Amino acid sequence: MQIVNADIVIVGAGGAGLRAAIAAAEKNPGLNIALISKVYPMRSHTVAAEGGSAGVVQAHDSLENHFQDTVAGGDWLCDQDTVDYFVSHSTEEMIRLENWGCPWTRKDDGNVNVRAFGGMKIERTWFAADKSGFHMLHTLFQTSIKYPQIKRFDEYFATDLIIEDGRAQGVVAIEIATGEPKTFLGCAVVFATGGSGRVFRFNTNGAIVTGDGHAMAFRAGAALRDMEFVQYHPTGLPGSGVLMTEGCRGEGGILLNKHGYRYLQDYGLGPETPVGEPKNKYMELGPRDRLSQAFWNEQRKGNTIETPLGDAVHLDLRHLGKEKLMERLPLICSLAKNYLGVDPVTDPVPVRPAVHYTMGGIRSDQTCKTDIPGLFVAGECASNGMHGANRLGSNSLAETVVFGKVAGEMAVDFASQATQSDEKILAEQGRSHLSRIDAMRNANGTEKASHIRHEMVQTMEKTLGIYRLGEEMQEGVDKIAELRERFKNVKVEDKTKVYNTELLLAFELDSSLMVAEAMAVGALNRKESRGAHQRLDGFEQRDDENFLKHTLTYFNGDKAPRLDYEAVNITRFQPAERVYGAAGEKQGEEKK
Amino acid sequence: MTEQTIKLEILRYNPEADNEPSFGTFEIPYNEAWSLLDALEYIKDELDSSLTYRWSCRMAVCGSCGMVVNGRPQLGCETFLRDHYPNTIKVEPLANFPIEKDLIVDATGFIEKLESVKPYIIDAVDAMKANPAKKVKETPKNEIGTYNQKPAELGLFKQFSMCINCMLCYSACPQMGLNPMFTGPAALALGHRYNLDSRDHGSDERTEVIQDKNGVWSCTFVGYCSEVCPKNVDPAAAINQNKAQGAQDWALSFLMPRKGEK
Repeated sequence: MQIVNADIVIVGAGGAGLRAAIAAAEKNPGLNIALISKVYPMRSHTVAAEGGSAGVVQAHDSLENHFQDTVAGGDWLCDQDTVDYFVSHSTEEMIRLENWGCPWTRKDDGNVNVRAFGGMKIERTWFAADKSGFHMLHTLFQTSIKYPQIKRFDEYFATDLIIEDGRAQGVVAIEIATGEPKTFLGCAVVFATGGSGRVFRFNTNGAIVTGDGHAMAFRAGAALRDMEFVQYHPTGLPGSGVLMTEGCRGEGGILLNKHGYRYLQDYGLGPETPVGEPKNKYMELGPRDRLSQAFWNEQRKGNTIETPLGDAVHLDLRHLGKEKLMERLPLICSLAKNYLGVDPVTDPVPVRPAVHYTMGGIRSDQTCKTDIPGLFVAGECASNGMHGANRLGSNSLAETVVFGKVAGEMAVDFASQATQSDEKILAEQGRSHLSRIDAMRNANGTEKASHIRHEMVQTMEKTLGIYRLGEEMQEGVDKIAELRERFKNVKVEDKTKVYNTELLLAFELDSSLMVAEAMAVGALNRKESRGAHQRLDGFEQRDDENFLKHTLTYFNGDKAPRLDYEAVNITRFQPAERVYGAAGEKQGEEKK
Repeated sequence: MTEQTIKLEILRYNPEADNEPSFGTFEIPYNEAWSLLDALEYIKDELDSSLTYRWSCRMAVCGSCGMVVNGRPQLGCETFLRDHYPNTIKVEPLANFPIEKDLIVDATGFIEKLESVKPYIIDAVDAMKANPAKKVKETPKNEIGTYNQKPAELGLFKQFSMCINCMLCYSACPQMGLNPMFTGPAALALGHRYNLDSRDHGSDERTEVIQDKNGVWSCTFVGYCSEVCPKNVDPAAAINQNKAQGAQDWALSFLMPRKGEK
């Protein structure tokens, strides 16, 4: 088994992984960095982010505003030390991206422009039309080419962490082109492996967003935290789930039910604001969880629009006019045309909520450390306390670079103080993981992985949706456990070594099932409603007394994960009622 | 009621078993909402789990799923069954690349070409490091530290920054088949994108690759690259602008040997 020696091993080459690699290369140019990704970096799902990336930049805004919006947006489940670090470092990262060539949309005077976003009090979302993630990712990828010490391993699929002497010292990864497993060794490991939204049927995520890193860290003993908090983005296209950015509403788009009524005013987000005059934290600029919940209620009331691809509401952008749509939202227009045959210039776009983002992840903190020494995490795979129970739009792109940098630098510090264990022992451990790979490759049972996957995504959608019931969640827990059991009897029919994507799909499914179980168990046991976790079975209220705490889940072999809780870091912003619209404004005034 | 179906002919190749690629035919339920990717997923999930192709975002931005559909390079996610029904759809891997397996081609050469054009901002400091004789004035910055760049300056290169690296243009380019060393439309457009960026001072660093015989001068200006581009990047225009610039520089180099100092 080939051994690849590096000083730092980074898994994942999206926004966070690339930023970590560059930060590590800049902090200590003498180190060798192995950057491993299961896809070419520019395919990473950062590419699909549309709306923008938050960083305070206007004179009448403040870090405190961004902090409060984020903590309240997260329904006070955010770790406030992490949020403080984030808001005070995001703007410098946006500027750095600009210096590296990111084509942010500009104002006439040559300064960077910012747009309004849901749940944000003041405009602070940097954007590159509606392709912000695409441009950030390509800028980072292209910039990373400058650094010869970043050695990329594109299309390598990581399967296991190597833990020796109680710390992470590498990974095993399969070279997809040849099917050869290799052992990558380094004194520090960074996971920037992205989210896990593909465990749900209807989602905005790319095929690759399967929770691989979550499962690797989980099996190695790290806690997955707050996994029950899954964000539904309110505006996905029916059928495909393709995302219509929140930037649509930031620019003034409105949501209408089948009566042409702006129903959000009935859900604590009003009063109605004039069309074409979006008001921060009112109506369409409320947070994502509230908007998705409002859709659910409208559907129950029979106020949604029936389409061949399911119930929807209308996202109306017509009043923005063709010129503005082409300048600010060109991708949205072409996606709506191609996927639904609807031109936003002339017709409202049918939309419905779709799973978009996982607030939880591998337990960490503002220094990106995890429960496993030597393992650092950044981006969507991490739960560093940024997002609490609901993420605000445009905070996650910024998170990838703010904490990608921290993870890269922390990995350098850790590697410079650590001594690698005896290579023979590490190589032996690398080989020990081969048995799992061989077992999967030779899996000759009777279950089709694709069918288990279909059952998983349907189960998650049915039992862990926008609103949740104890009975249904229990059904979800039981079903996922059954699917995990059945997965042991899976069959991998393709026996070739070269580009065996069936084998990789089996590995991904194995990971997704573990993540799904952590979500389901966490949700069932959180007997309250908070942010994206909303119950209708007697636990409709937020319960700070019992549940102002993070859910921890630990790998427990074939059994359901072991559950634990830990305190939330609250430094100065005490939990209050979470209100938007006029009620939010009133609360703000009373505080003064 | 009999279910409507549609046929797909897909070029199959398993390097561990086949001497050469050959077509396999699949008949699948017809769903007018489906993209070609949905159809391929149905085949992989239900009919033949060994079918191999790249895909991810489903929304024409990750650039993974380029393939040749009825002879034309296209993104699988932007190809819809309804535009072909009831006819058979013929699917092949991108042309001008070695086939790895089924619809997957070897992209390593493409990535190396992208890297070769130095696709990153070379600021004044780096430009002067590369050529100490050259005097370069740094682009002015705004108060907060961003470069000052007017919308018109952004407009100069914006189109060329839209490339999703889907490689359709390499599949379309007849020259690529004749000269695999050709740097190619996407990579040349990317180099041009940085040359046009007011923040960049690295055009001299890129000249060698862009003006090389395997650079813009290998292009015979067929223009099919721009026609198939799903993002209207117009790489042919980027190449043509560089040819004009190259010819001008060549002529000027006789008249003014010290050209290039800004």
